[in-house]
Amino acid sequence: MVLNSIEKLIAKYENGETTLKEEQQLKNYFSQETVPPHLEVYKSMFQYFLYTHEEQFTKDVPLKSKKTYSLYQWISVAAVAVIMLGIFTQIDFKSQSRTLADLTPQERVEYEEAKEVFTLVSSKLNQGSENLMALNMVSANFDKGADNIAYLGEFSKKTNKFLKTN
Amino acid sequence: MTQAEFLNIVMPFKDKVFRLAKRLLVSKEEAEDATQEILLKLWNNKQKISEYKNVEAFSMTMTKNFCLDKLKSKHAQNLKIVHSNYQDKNVSLQKQVELNDSVDWVSKIMEELPEQQKIILQLRDIEQYDFEEIGKMLDMNQTAIRVALSRARKTLREKLTKTHSYGVK
Repeated sequence: MVLNSIEKLIAKYENGETTLKEEQQLKNYFSQETVPPHLEVYKSMFQYFLYTHEEQFTKDVPLKSKKTYSLYQWISVAAVAVIMLGIFTQIDFKSQSRTLADLTPQERVEYEEAKEVFTLVSSKLNQGSENLMALNMVSANFDKGADNIAYLGEFSKKTNKFLKTN
Repeated sequence: MTQAEFLNIVMPFKDKVFRLAKRLLVSKEEAEDATQEILLKLWNNKQKISEYKNVEAFSMTMTKNFCLDKLKSKHAQNLKIVHSNYQDKNVSLQKQVELNDSVDWVSKIMEELPEQQKIILQLRDIEQYDFEEIGKMLDMNQTAIRVALSRARKTLREKLTKTHSYGVK
C-alpha cells in the first residue's frame, strides 16, 4: 500500500471519518514489522487495539438455575401426592363390600351350598335346645319333689315330738 | 430459556463486556466481578431477553452504566483503584508479538482520557462497532460520537508522540 494513501487514511482516522473497513486497513498495515519512523506512534496504537481485542473473560459465571430448584420441589409434592393416593385406594379396597349381584354363577352355587349347611347346623342346634327344655322341666319337678321332702321332714319332726311325749 | 440457550446468546459478547468493564474499572479483578454481575443480571431477567431488540447493545449500555456507577461510588468513598499489573499473563499474544513498552503506554494514556472518550474509543477502535450501534448504546447522536472519537484519537496520538520523543512520560 502506498504510504501516501496511509497518511490520508490516518488524517481521516483522526477526524473520526474513517469507516470500519478503512480502520481495518490501517490495522493491517500497522501490524507489519517495519513502518516509517514518523508513523511509529500509530503502530503502537493499532497494535495495542489488536492485542486488547484478544483479551477474554475467563471467569466462570455461576448460573443458578431457578428452574431445576422448582422442579425438585414439584417432585417432592408429586411424591407426597402419590403416597396419599396409595393410602386412600387401599382403604377404599378394604371398605368395598360385594353384593349378591357381583357373584359369578359358580360362586353363587357355593354360596347357596354354604347357606344350606349353615341352616342344617342351626336347626340341629334348635333341637338340642329343645332337649335342654326337657331337662329344665325335670329340674323343676325335682324342685317340687324337694318341697315335698321338706313337708316329709316336718312330718317326721312332729312324729318324733309325739313319740317323745309318749 | 435454558442455560445453554442463554449462553449461546451471551457468549459472543461476554468478552466485549469484560473489556469495556476493564477499560473503565482498570483492574482485572474488578472487571471480572462486574462482568459476572452483568451476566447474572441478564440471567435473572432472562424472560425479558426476547423482548430486547439488541441484547448485545443492551448489555453494553448496562455495562457502561454499571461501571460508571461503581466508579462514582469509589470516588465518593475516596478510594482509588490501583492497577498494578498492566500485563496480563494469560494473553499469549503478548509474548508472540513481543510488544514494546510503547504499547503499554497506550493503555496508560487511554486511562487518562475522560470516561466518555474512553468508552467511545473502546467501542470503536477495539470492538469495532459501527457508529449506529455506538449511538444506541450510549444514547448519543453520531456527530457527537465522531467529535468525541476524533478528540480521543488526537489526544492519544499527541501524548504518545511525547512519550516517544522523550522516552519517558
